[in-house]
Amino acid sequence: MLEKGTTAPDFQLNATPDQKIKLSDFKGKNVILAFYPADWSPVCGDQMALYNEMLKYFSKHDAQMIGISVDSAWCHNAFQQDRKLHFPLLADFEPKGEVSKAYGVYDDEVGESKRALYVIDQEGKIAWSYLSPTAVNPGADGILNALEELEKK
Amino acid sequence: MSTLKPEVSSSDHIEGSDAASITIVEFGDYQCPHCAHAYPIIKEIEQAFGDQIRFVFRHFPLQESHEFAFPAALAAEAAAMQGKFWEMHDALFENQYRLSDDLFEELAETIGLDVEQFQKAILEDAVKQKVEDDFESGVRSGVNGTPSFYVNETKFDGGPDELFEMLKESAE
Repeated sequence: MLEKGTTAPDFQLNATPDQKIKLSDFKGKNVILAFYPADWSPVCGDQMALYNEMLKYFSKHDAQMIGISVDSAWCHNAFQQDRKLHFPLLADFEPKGEVSKAYGVYDDEVGESKRALYVIDQEGKIAWSYLSPTAVNPGADGILNALEELEKK
Repeated sequence: MSTLKPEVSSSDHIEGSDAASITIVEFGDYQCPHCAHAYPIIKEIEQAFGDQIRFVFRHFPLQESHEFAFPAALAAEAAAMQGKFWEMHDALFENQYRLSDDLFEELAETIGLDVEQFQKAILEDAVKQKVEDDFESGVRSGVNGTPSFYVNETKFDGGPDELFEMLKESAE
């Protein structure tokens, strides 16, 4: 994974079939990148649904939540509508996993992103990162602690 | 390892003896099927371990996934104002299959609440604040789905069945 203090690699990915989002669009804001294996996990309150419920805690720290997986923009679209998600899901779809690889969180064996979190500060530098075992949803306490640390600076 | 924040205090709903050596905290949602599955297992755990265990419930309603989760949590807190949190808590899980806007008043009557007072309490800011404080405590404590359990303030990675197993083993 990328070291704390390094500049987060910029990227541009589809958020919807006809809209692209660039990391650098969010300069001046904190950004949370949540890489995850796949849409449609079969549990209540899966990782994305959980973050969806917590958006107001992130926005208190002027932080934008962004989910990234290798699912296509159409798949994200359906998932987002079904779960009523209020933050963008980006499709690391073509070339597959390119951004996940740039962030050191691609699992070659299964062809999916690992479950990994990055908090990027307002200058676009990595402030915090965490790699979770794929089967374990990491929750949000680490993210909030990292955002609070940033505010102390 | 995630730990419980803030610690269990008198503002919590606590079932069991203060002298218990094990405190189990559940973060749950009255509309979550996994929490309804956990409900009778927790009762079994309480029966099996008696005074050794105390059980605390904090609200973690997933409002976007479950439309009745937040109102149900309010109903439990409103019942608490009349000293009947656990009666409402039990009734909500036992009737989860028919959760609806009309159910809360019916349950309030069934468990013997003053229904008029109950309806007023549901709208009170303090009641809403309690549910939101519980949710925030869950976010802080690393809750990653419902139900999430904490044993003596440390997050337990597993469901209610694993929790029961672990307790049985540690009692041996």
